[in-house]
Amino acid sequence: MAGEHPTGQRGLFTPFNVVAGIILLAGGVLTVMRFTGGLAAVTALDDNNPWGLWIGFDLLCGVALAAGGYVTSAGAYIFGLKRFHAAVRPAILTAFLGYALVVLALHYDVGRPWRLPYPIFVSPGPTSLLFEVGLCVFLYLTVLFIEVTPAAFEWLKLTRLRALVVKLTLVLTIFGVVLSTLHQSSLGALFLIAPGKLHPLWYSGYLPVFFFVSSIFAGMSMVIFEGTLAHKYLHHKMDEAHKAGTLNVVLSFGKAAAFVMAGYFYIKIIGLAADDNWHYLATGWGLWYLLELFGFVAFPAFLYALGVREKNVRTIRVASLFAVLGVVLNRLNVSVIAFNWHLPLSQWYVPSIYEVGTSVFIVTLGIVAYKFAATHMPILHGHPDFEYEH
Amino acid sequence: MGISRRKFLGWMGAAAGAAAASMKPKAAAAAAAKSFPGHPDSLGVLHDTTRCIGCRKCEAACNEVNNLPKPEAPFDDLSVLERRRRTHAGSYTVVNKFSVPGKKDPVFVKRQCNHCLEPACASACFVQAFKKSEKGPVVYNEKVCVGCRYCMVACPFYVPAYEYDKALTPRVTKCTMCAPRIAEGKLPGCVAACPKEALTFGPRKKLLEYARARIAKHPDRYVGHIYGEREMGGTSWLYLSGVDFGHIGMDTGIGDLPAAAYTAGPLAAVPLVVGLWPVLLTGIWAISKRKEKRASDELSAALAANTAAHEQKKREELSALRQKLSKEKEAAVERAVKQALEEAEKEREQAAAEAGKEGGRQHEPAARQGGAEKGEAEQADKEN
Repeated sequence: MAGEHPTGQRGLFTPFNVVAGIILLAGGVLTVMRFTGGLAAVTALDDNNPWGLWIGFDLLCGVALAAGGYVTSAGAYIFGLKRFHAAVRPAILTAFLGYALVVLALHYDVGRPWRLPYPIFVSPGPTSLLFEVGLCVFLYLTVLFIEVTPAAFEWLKLTRLRALVVKLTLVLTIFGVVLSTLHQSSLGALFLIAPGKLHPLWYSGYLPVFFFVSSIFAGMSMVIFEGTLAHKYLHHKMDEAHKAGTLNVVLSFGKAAAFVMAGYFYIKIIGLAADDNWHYLATGWGLWYLLELFGFVAFPAFLYALGVREKNVRTIRVASLFAVLGVVLNRLNVSVIAFNWHLPLSQWYVPSIYEVGTSVFIVTLGIVAYKFAATHMPILHGHPDFEYEH
Repeated sequence: MGISRRKFLGWMGAAAGAAAASMKPKAAAAAAAKSFPGHPDSLGVLHDTTRCIGCRKCEAACNEVNNLPKPEAPFDDLSVLERRRRTHAGSYTVVNKFSVPGKKDPVFVKRQCNHCLEPACASACFVQAFKKSEKGPVVYNEKVCVGCRYCMVACPFYVPAYEYDKALTPRVTKCTMCAPRIAEGKLPGCVAACPKEALTFGPRKKLLEYARARIAKHPDRYVGHIYGEREMGGTSWLYLSGVDFGHIGMDTGIGDLPAAAYTAGPLAAVPLVVGLWPVLLTGIWAISKRKEKRASDELSAALAANTAAHEQKKREELSALRQKLSKEKEAAVERAVKQALEEAEKEREQAAAEAGKEGGRQHEPAARQGGAEKGEAEQADKEN
């Protein structure tokens, strides 16, 4: 990517733009294929495996990794951790883009996307956990949209509107935490209805708690990880307050993530004990489970603790990468890999190249949108015309 | 953040009202019910697998009455039985063949929607596209279906299928128990077509009685279990078998709880989170605000105390300095007085000596003058 030119206008054909452009073009082709040939034309889904990569990655991982929005704003505005203020705007922006892309991805996955408002406005099915997820995601996307508007209003110099939204900060933050608690946990609870299909090592009555707690450190890790990328490629857009605040955020989030991950590790063990699933650990599935639990929960938790103790930002950043990968692995295990575990190998689902391509396309859309917003709006820096009293 | 208490309470009230309004009494009652024995007089089908010969006539009839597309292999081609099949968009029912260890003849089992008493698909559907009708069939309404396929994830029997190849109007498909034919007083297509009476249609309650009677009459022919009587809360389709149900592709570890029982807990937690989280979070906010205020109050109090102490110290130092100065001044005055007195004494002595010569009394006015000088110095000190 175009890291060598820290400032100034570059040509249109930077390596970043070219790669992004090709991916977006390919995405356009895939979109046409999907909406002319149906799901069969682009996915490897079948009647036994109705949910694939688009649900496992785009929806479950997308929502978990966008948890940085509620975690950061709760820390800054509810728990009074003023050191986090530099991280709030990029985290809220990432969350908003993340959720917007989740909803976009759903348009590809569901059969009749124009009916997506039906669960809320036409024929609500409140006995479904998916109803709860849908309602919460709809409301939370609205909350996030309102929360990102101050940056846009500053960019567009709409002072009065900005002041109005800033006044709502506390209520929006509380609303955001309530909605996030509900839908993060409900995404795990979705799978409770299929006890016979999900491998016992991943199926647990605590699934909603696992999903909620892991979303907390997923959000923190994503804020750290994304900060790493932003520092590398958007350093020139940051003001001194942001740069100074970032170190604080990395250390504080690293510390908090180490603790939350330790707690998560502990409740995962409790889940094993509660269902007496120890004997599964000696199987192939058990090894896979232990890899997830030790390689991508215990290890990054330890790295976080080490990095915080030695004030080593690099170690913390490596830890954040492992933690993010761990959350992705967990969500894919629950929704795709360990789901239908007892079916013969020939009936296993493996995503098609088009499904992977569509997911890459949607992630690329998010990166391009983030880059645009961070380049044009006061996200990584304050706006000179506005005071930041927090 | 300038939010008045009244405004805040108003918002909270509105949120609570909305939450309460969204909870339908029907859903709450369903969650509260301990068990649901099924609608009274609801219908079902008893499938006696010991009678099935795997002729696929039921598949053919199903295809015909539901106007399904032509099958890959014609229905008289029995070679398809060699591989394990499941229901698909174009086939609502399939017959599978199982070779059971220790048994000479294969066992044939028909698969289709079991029409659960408390269906997982209906519980999972977020637009209520599935409904358990009072007559027995679980019916699907394609007019509201979004195509999320959560019903397919939820179904413990792997029954609902999906029209993956339709770009704009894909539907979930499954056996309807021929609800339209039942409404006309006809038998379901498959039941009518079965040449061996392996399928019996009737009220579920009656079917259970038949099944028990058959087991009692031929205890050597059947295992003593009616699959579907209690599985997943009970199903409208019931099965009899001569071998363990696990050997003929039926999930025996499925449990007796209806699907809704697995999600009741998390659903019940929703209103609690909605009710308690704002209180908890506002409390944490208030505590952190209060702490902040106290810290800043303490800081300014400490600052004020420090300033006061500093001033006090300064005052004390000043007065000590003043005392020292005044003492020095006093000492200087005393010295001056002493000197003056000494001088006066000297003068007096001189004068006396002179007066001794002259015999004069002049020393008294000189002493009085020295005393006045001292008094003046004291007064000046007080003014300072």
